[in-house]
Amino acid sequence: MRGLYLDNAATTRVDENVALSVNEVFLESYGNASSLHKVGRQARMKLEDARGKIANYLGCKSKEVIFTSGGTESNNLAIRGLAKANPLKKHIITSVIEHPCVLDAVRDLESEGYEVDYLEVDSKGLISLDDVEEKIRKDTLVVSIMHVNNEIGVVQDIEEIGRICRMRGVYFHTDNVQGFLKKKLDLGFVDLMSGSGHKVQAPKGIGILYVREGVVIEPIVTGGGQEGGLRSGTENVPGAVGLAAAIDVDFKLNKVLASRDLIIAGLLKIPGAKINGDMEHRVYNNISVSFYGIEGESLMMLLNEDGIYVSTGSACASSKLKESYVLKALKVDEMYIHGSLRLSLGADAIGEEDYIVEKIRESVLKLREMSPFKFSEENLKDVRDKKLEIRKEVLGNEEEQEDN
Amino acid sequence: MGNTDYNEAVMDHFRNPRNMGELKDADAEATVGNPSCGDVMRIMIKVSDDKIADIKFQTMGCAAAIATSSMATELAKGKSLDEAEKISNKDVSLALGELPPIKEHCSNLAADALRLAIANFRKNKK
Ligand SMILES: Cc1ncc(COP(=O)(O)O)c(C=O)c1O
Ligand SMILES: [Zn+2]
Repeated sequence: MRGLYLDNAATTRVDENVALSVNEVFLESYGNASSLHKVGRQARMKLEDARGKIANYLGCKSKEVIFTSGGTESNNLAIRGLAKANPLKKHIITSVIEHPCVLDAVRDLESEGYEVDYLEVDSKGLISLDDVEEKIRKDTLVVSIMHVNNEIGVVQDIEEIGRICRMRGVYFHTDNVQGFLKKKLDLGFVDLMSGSGHKVQAPKGIGILYVREGVVIEPIVTGGGQEGGLRSGTENVPGAVGLAAAIDVDFKLNKVLASRDLIIAGLLKIPGAKINGDMEHRVYNNISVSFYGIEGESLMMLLNEDGIYVSTGSACASSKLKESYVLKALKVDEMYIHGSLRLSLGADAIGEEDYIVEKIRESVLKLREMSPFKFSEENLKDVRDKKLEIRKEVLGNEEEQEDN
Repeated sequence: MGNTDYNEAVMDHFRNPRNMGELKDADAEATVGNPSCGDVMRIMIKVSDDKIADIKFQTMGCAAAIATSSMATELAKGKSLDEAEKISNKDVSLALGELPPIKEHCSNLAADALRLAIANFRKNKK
């Protein structure tokens, strides 16, 4: 059976050349980068070459690039590291659509007494620059806003947000895990930036934090003092080399973009289909689509059977049985929010657009046949009343059970 | 066990749900929503001689919800109302074998809906 991997925002297949360069380190340059002998020096050289290459790509100095274990650690190091180094600043600004690793780090600090403003987004998923400006205070530690959202692919105006922060003298961190190497970003007004290897065809377990020279942070992982004391632990040389090698990967940006637009056009012909998030400010490979009156996990499972691998933000698919907080922040209609699908395209999609659309259409129609909610333009209006009725029945039912 | 590590029985009922659709001349029906995840099931029954002569369902839900809906209708079909009423959520999930633990929530829908439909039938008759 053919398999089409359309879940590149979750993770990616390692690129062949990246794998070769990583393999070389495994087998030849395997030393500990902190060892003083020849084998160690060889590993150190590989590590610093990788750092230099990434710095060159970013247009920054080598010492501004810190290797970490991935995006989660980079985000934690940025936020908690700044907090530790600046104990007098007790206010943080972030957004409601950040990745859980940012939100949890911030919530943690909140429970320690920090005040946090979580910026809302509009129905297209965009943050308002005025909100950023308005919320900044004298004691604001950092503004942390993601570049590209992992679920809806919406791209925030990082340069402008950064400009505001710089003018107000506040640190600006951006989680760029979903944009790194794929969506050009000017670091002019960015103080800290997180990136991760496994989203860009490099291995899992490697990430970077860019820390602008002069910005002081404290480590959250201590020990041997590697990475200038900011991140202890034996350096992941194979990972670093792989991440640097990913700079040369051809992500086929234009072809995938064309593919994405073809697929979106096809999906919108399915009755009761809606795209979530802004179309203009969207990363080249993301499709977030919702279908009326069906549930996303079952849709994903049907596509899985056809060898089409995607993900969903539905409640049933989450470990907490909660629908996606990102789609909720966009105020996606109740009858659509359960039936969401995220396609994050890569080379597999090119040339397969018709097949992908057709399989999704078949699956949606199959599930809609099973659903008590049939899509028609007219019934959209009384759906709300119907939902309310159901609520009542559920409550009545629960009371009955309690009686037993 | 992951969220979607379903066994073959669940997948079979999900792929080919039994008794799925609308029952045109139903004697009673019930629609129940799952407050934890948002799944919704509608169940319709036709009763003769105090037995469930025919039964159909429609479900908006995950594979677990659809499979348990299907299995619940299979278990209830042909049973007397008194017997059918005793079918529990546990009976339905046991009949399917094991469900991923987190999916137990999603399976707590079909037996509730069935019971409510029977209650509605009795109410209508009075
Ligand atoms: C936006 C965003 N931030 C952070 C992360 C975490 O990155 P990692 O998996 O490298 O820890 C991810 C990936 O899941 C992500 O999509
Ligand atoms: Zn469910």
